[in-house]
Amino acid sequence: MTFSLDLFSNAIVSGILLGGFYCAIAVGITIVFGMLDIVNIAHPAFIMTGGFIAYFANTQFGIDPLAACAIAMIPAYYLGRLLYRFYNVAFEKRGEESLQGLAFFFGLLFIIEVALLLIFGVDYRFVEAPYIGPTIEIGFISIPWRLLIPLIVGLGLVLVIIAFLSRTFIGKAILAVSQDPLALRLVGGSPVKVKEVAFGLSIATAILAGALLIIIQPIEPSFGRDFIGRVFCITVLGGMTSLPGTIVASMILGVSESLTSTFLGPSWSPAIAFGLLLITLAVRPVGIFGR
Amino acid sequence: MTKLTRRQTLALAGSAVATLATPALAQTSPIKIGFGMALTGGLAGGGKAALLAYQIWAEEVNARGGLLGRKVELVNYDDQSNPATVPAIYTKLLDIDKVDLVVSGYATVPTAAAMPVVMQKGKVFLSLFALAANDQFRYDRYFQMQPNGPEAKFEFSRGYFNLAQNLNPKPKTVALVGADAEFGVLALEGARENAKKAGIKIVYDRSYPPNTMDFGSIVRAIKATKPDLLFIGSYPPDSAGMIRAIHEVGLDATMVGGGMIGLQFAALKQQLGPLLNNVVCYDLYTPEPTMNFPGVVEFLKKYQERAEKAGVDPLGLYIPPFAYAEMQILEAAVNGVKSLDDKKLADYIRANSFSTVVGDIKFGDRGEWAKPRILLIQYRGIVGNDVEQFKQAGKQVIIDPPQFKSGDLVVPFESVKR
Repeated sequence: MTFSLDLFSNAIVSGILLGGFYCAIAVGITIVFGMLDIVNIAHPAFIMTGGFIAYFANTQFGIDPLAACAIAMIPAYYLGRLLYRFYNVAFEKRGEESLQGLAFFFGLLFIIEVALLLIFGVDYRFVEAPYIGPTIEIGFISIPWRLLIPLIVGLGLVLVIIAFLSRTFIGKAILAVSQDPLALRLVGGSPVKVKEVAFGLSIATAILAGALLIIIQPIEPSFGRDFIGRVFCITVLGGMTSLPGTIVASMILGVSESLTSTFLGPSWSPAIAFGLLLITLAVRPVGIFGR
Repeated sequence: MTKLTRRQTLALAGSAVATLATPALAQTSPIKIGFGMALTGGLAGGGKAALLAYQIWAEEVNARGGLLGRKVELVNYDDQSNPATVPAIYTKLLDIDKVDLVVSGYATVPTAAAMPVVMQKGKVFLSLFALAANDQFRYDRYFQMQPNGPEAKFEFSRGYFNLAQNLNPKPKTVALVGADAEFGVLALEGARENAKKAGIKIVYDRSYPPNTMDFGSIVRAIKATKPDLLFIGSYPPDSAGMIRAIHEVGLDATMVGGGMIGLQFAALKQQLGPLLNNVVCYDLYTPEPTMNFPGVVEFLKKYQERAEKAGVDPLGLYIPPFAYAEMQILEAAVNGVKSLDDKKLADYIRANSFSTVVGDIKFGDRGEWAKPRILLIQYRGIVGNDVEQFKQAGKQVIIDPPQFKSGDLVVPFESVKR
């Protein structure tokens, strides 16, 4: 493909837009996997749940998909807390969280998928909103609103969580758990309570990410599995516990996919993106922002 | 005279009852038709719609008194869209459930996975939308219900390039893009050959991974090559992504579309609405006057009434009529040979032509349709996102092949941005 400024600029912009969406889907995994050491591979199923909540609210009541999921984040947070409490009692307390815990989340992934399928059917579902369709033109750069909204919301979501973690007591406790749960226990804190809040938070972010996904493209219940590789890649690349790292890694992945797709051919995108991950881990095993 | 004891009398009476009752039971026991079907997972959209069509057929045939005077019973299991589950399902169907007949589930991969078990048992095997699944097996009791013909990969682009090369002025260049998965690869292979035959130069030829989300970059790269034609071989989510990106980026060409899976389903038709105008795409059935085969309107009416409750495609124009026709063929064969013998059934199906709701069908080499019948349609006059408009004639105009043509190709394709 011949290089041109038009193509290059648009590829960068497309990559950043895509990166914004990746941020939103990966932030929950950074919290649970990076900070809490819980391999929640059912996370994409919660993203799909968010997508279907947005679909239901949009088609039945005409509610904006983002507004619907913003409201749904509240019950999702409490549901996440309950889920963690169960996981803690059933697996963590018994020291069986590694393999059995993984199997639990794997099972949960399928249960959620089948539940969505039974409720919403097997067809592709989509939403309608004023920002799906129009495009902003700035010179030779075109920015579709359906990708710009996920960028704004995705980045906003991560920035709010960063502020929450750095400025609130419970947020700092979550960071403490991610660094040294034993030390937190020694100063009288309860790692289980703190983890419960963090897990609830991650599920709430997944619900919002689902709304962003269905804004971008139609979804069906088993669609979430496609994201498992990507979200874990972003978390590892970003440095596991670092939310700014998640933003940077999402952008790197989005821009590298977009540039590769434009100039080398789209089939090379995953190879380049995961190649970058391997190189980063070889040079810096803790990830970009890892400590 | 020997006097029978009470125990001997009871034993004799019992065996007499059993002897008399056995043929009666055998005659009234249902004919079991077994299959695995994708009711969950990525193929479930097609699988559940096909199941509904099978159920409608079974209800109708039972209402007519069944097959060979016996009721028909469908025995099916969810293959989860996972080919690994399929051999076990067919083994169970044949060895435990003792089904009389088997048909395939929906789509190529589950069908191919069932083949070894089915072949070992020598069962006649009708398959549904299995792309070239018998090319390697060459099983002589296999029959396929998608009108691809023996050379499937060329058929998805044959009409597209036939029409393109007869345009005035003749298009000189084409961009080919498709999913890096079974259908996309096959469709692009055929498109390359057809483009070459039509004397059209390929200026872009790329595939993309199946979970691609950003189609803007791909469409911009295509636009930079300024192709006269754009041929796409895609799956449902990417078909939606490609159409949106084409309009967002502002790609104009003489013809856009080709082998796009998904545009045949109500969900994507409804979502994309006016963005589909002038897009050309392969299809198998559209409600045009040239496709008014006996029974198809009645079948679609029944299907559409039950579709919402079943949570399946509300239009049912793509897979369901072919699933129903598959069962019509099985019914005709059983009635024709008056037996469930697999060899006789296979011989009958191979030798005869069948009148179905999707037209007359005769099978040829490798159990594919003897004559291919892939349609090329063009979306016209789509206004808003109401799904009902797709039930009307004139919205999905058939532009190829000539015997089913309901309108002429309209060029060029212009993006909304323009």
